[in-house]
Amino acid sequence: MSKFKRRKFLGKTAALLSAMVAAGFISTSAMAMDATTTGQAVTDTTVTVGILHSLTGTMAISETGAQQAEKLAIKQINESGGILGRQIEIIQEDGASDWPTFAEKSRKLLAKDKVAAVFGCWTSASRKAALPVFEQENGLLYYPTFYEGLEQSHNVIYTGQEATQQILAGLDWVAKEKEAKTFYLIGSDYIWPRTSMKIARKHIENVLGGKVVGEDYKPLGNTQFGSTINKIRLKKPDVIYAAVVGGSNVAWFKQLKAAGITSDKQTLLTISVTEDEVLGIGGENLEGFYSIMKYFQSQNNPSNLEFVKEFKAMWGEDSVMGDVTQAAYLGPWLWKAAVERAGSFDVDKVVAESEKGDIELTAKAPEGYVKLHPNHHLWSKARVGQWNKDGQATVVFESELIEPNPFPAGYQ
Amino acid sequence: MGEYTVQELTSIFAMQGFAGISLFSVLLLMALGLAIIFGQMGVINMAHGEFMAVGAYTTYLLSVISETYFPGFLQYYFLFAIIASFVIAGILGYLTEFILIRHLYKRPLDTLLATWGLSLIMQQTFRSIFGAREVSPTLPDWLMGSYQPTEEIYIPINGMFVLGLTALVTIGVYILMYRSNWGLAVRATTQNRVMSGAVGINTKKTDRLTFALGCGIAGIAGAAFTTIASTGPTLGTLYIVDTFMVVVFGGAASLFGTIASAFTIAQAQSILEFFISGSMAKVYTLLTLVIILMFRPEGLFSIKVRK
Repeated sequence: MSKFKRRKFLGKTAALLSAMVAAGFISTSAMAMDATTTGQAVTDTTVTVGILHSLTGTMAISETGAQQAEKLAIKQINESGGILGRQIEIIQEDGASDWPTFAEKSRKLLAKDKVAAVFGCWTSASRKAALPVFEQENGLLYYPTFYEGLEQSHNVIYTGQEATQQILAGLDWVAKEKEAKTFYLIGSDYIWPRTSMKIARKHIENVLGGKVVGEDYKPLGNTQFGSTINKIRLKKPDVIYAAVVGGSNVAWFKQLKAAGITSDKQTLLTISVTEDEVLGIGGENLEGFYSIMKYFQSQNNPSNLEFVKEFKAMWGEDSVMGDVTQAAYLGPWLWKAAVERAGSFDVDKVVAESEKGDIELTAKAPEGYVKLHPNHHLWSKARVGQWNKDGQATVVFESELIEPNPFPAGYQ
Repeated sequence: MGEYTVQELTSIFAMQGFAGISLFSVLLLMALGLAIIFGQMGVINMAHGEFMAVGAYTTYLLSVISETYFPGFLQYYFLFAIIASFVIAGILGYLTEFILIRHLYKRPLDTLLATWGLSLIMQQTFRSIFGAREVSPTLPDWLMGSYQPTEEIYIPINGMFVLGLTALVTIGVYILMYRSNWGLAVRATTQNRVMSGAVGINTKKTDRLTFALGCGIAGIAGAAFTTIASTGPTLGTLYIVDTFMVVVFGGAASLFGTIASAFTIAQAQSILEFFISGSMAKVYTLLTLVIILMFRPEGLFSIKVRK
């Protein structure tokens, strides 16, 4: 082959290749055009969503229930015909209790898998890590945990309670019902308990006219509460107000009981114990103490009875459903409602529908009734549950429907 | 302090004293096994906490079995659970030494990496078998509640139980290490492996049993701690830092160093916690340790060995 011919040959090949690439490019984008305008993983028959929770590592304890509830909701939606005639397919990723991993997996789900929505995250730390990715890629995250508030992103729908919804009604109840004047605040040492306690202290001092006689934070994973219990004994508070989390929680309640601080002598109100935690703590160690949540498994309404039955059928008779599990179950249903109104999976259109503030769930809301507020949080009730030996709570108080207020004036 | 009576203050003082002693017994029990392995063999066993979890899960299993099949046995199973935890964790330790550790004696830093890997494998194994959620063994009634010598003093029974168990295990370890032929062999191997081999000590067997003993004691600690804390796949991570802190501060090769170190740390921690917040108490305790270790890098007590 002469030099000239070779050049010609190379030139022809290059032209052929670029023609092939161009043709391929056009055909793929034409295919995408058929199904959606936004480049999401949506075909004529399916739509893909992501589930992003920790299946391994220390948070797997808490996040298992949430991802089970999300899968249940998605299964039910598929059985009733899907969304806009499309069956939902799930891509599940493991956040591995590691916050950078949450960011990395979010990017994978949004940029590579092009999922239409993600249901996931549990701790505030994991949400904060994933948030920039969701904002950058314009994804949509349904976040199920009750959390400290002070956040409102275009790309997140918060299905749990923000701090004021959970805290204020419960404090009002205990002040009125137990005539409580003095409070002892104790929590694990990170952002959620500290923000929650700050709100609680302001409310106790400024609104209820009570007194905080002690405020104590323990390192995460702390297992020794002997000195703290003695301090509490010395201060004799009317109410112990607790936000201890994880393995510490178990140690805290076991040691309280061993020290003779039980519900017949002491009122204790906690914002960090759901049915999930009780499994590890043991109902006998909690008997008579109170939790403030928006949902308890024992709630007696048709939606919840149905939810409990279906959840147990899917995940086993021994399953328990806590507050976050229930909030996670709301995610896919809220998304379905918004998508159907928008007639599109496009994130901006779905968010625009969500922000109209009139999406409601009743039949598919085990907690009873929720309404999506324009600020991306849910209107919900606060409930006080009293724990029984069998690990279930009896609801002793139910508030009015509370407006979500993630940036509470006067509480920061 | 005008608002409190003398009697109240005395009661608090007594209970606070017990809180300190109780913390001391917990720290000592979790550090003993590691002190043997790290001190005598120089192996940095990052999976120590997971061997404790083996003990805790053994207790849980026995509690479930006795609850289901022998309800009458529920009051006594706990004592058997402690023995079973020792045996099972010990056997696992024996196998670990045989499969993993013995290949790494010449590379002590690699044991850190290898045992850390082992700890991750064990955590995921617990999670796969028992589920990610924490479990709660049913404890016999006699372990719950508290002893009240006066109207206002409450001494937790589980705390006293751990204290008694720690005393027993410590005495057992002392007799084994300092009053038995086997202990002599272990200490000789530590000081001069080649020479010990030359005088007829089977150093490989000694290593294997020492490691198994250390893991077995971790198993006992795990079983005992089900009475005061949680049982979950990552239980080990709650204890591992405190455990190393006690052993390093005490001086690696000394049993008495470990005891003294556990006592000092426990008292400092519990007294500080009473006056300031729990997190800050930990900060000050650790800060003090760092400063002391800067001046005494070998720890509180150390055996003078000719290098």
